[in-house]
Amino acid sequence: MPENKVIDARNTFCPGPLMELITYMKQASVGDTLELLSTDQGSVADVPEWINKVGHEMIGSEKVGEVWHIKVRKTK
Amino acid sequence: MSSSKISIMVVSGSLERLQMAAMVASIGAVSGDQVTVFLSMNALPYFIKGHGATAPAEGEFGRSMEGKNVPPFRELFQKATEYGDAKIYPCSMAMDVLSARGEDLEPYLGEPIGLTKFLTNAEGGQILTF
Repeated sequence: MPENKVIDARNTFCPGPLMELITYMKQASVGDTLELLSTDQGSVADVPEWINKVGHEMIGSEKVGEVWHIKVRKTK
Repeated sequence: MSSSKISIMVVSGSLERLQMAAMVASIGAVSGDQVTVFLSMNALPYFIKGHGATAPAEGEFGRSMEGKNVPPFRELFQKATEYGDAKIYPCSMAMDVLSARGEDLEPYLGEPIGLTKFLTNAEGGQILTF
């Protein structure tokens, strides 16, 4: 059963949010969804770039208030 | 996933340069690039166990970073080895000058290598210097 995990990386600067995501990605199972919370504007572009490069699935990004919610799925 | 060879030479002891080198090493390594880091000159003392202190800023940007929640450069170098497959080597010349031994260094560093080996390993890729 796939799980959804929220990772709070607010108020950390690049590359903190990406490193936080990778920490949880390593612990997650294939099919799990990870939702990264970030206030770092650069991560909004960088995280999808990394997801695309390593071959996971980008679900989407949306800004709620001052916080970006970046949703990805582990595919391998 | 396409990968490339990135060889990073770090000789500066300034916060900005150590930070940028650590960012390149960690992002490259977690993206599947073949990353090798060579630590020498003013950079190496920061990797002796118990050093602890952060590096001095060389400019306004570095001073601005100090008050922000920026991942520390040592942590990023360590993650480059743990999350990717980065290799971080101390320069054998710098080890001699500092009278340091392998066991004096942070455990995620490899055995000391010389410049000849670093340059040989770097052949066919790009060398970045900080």
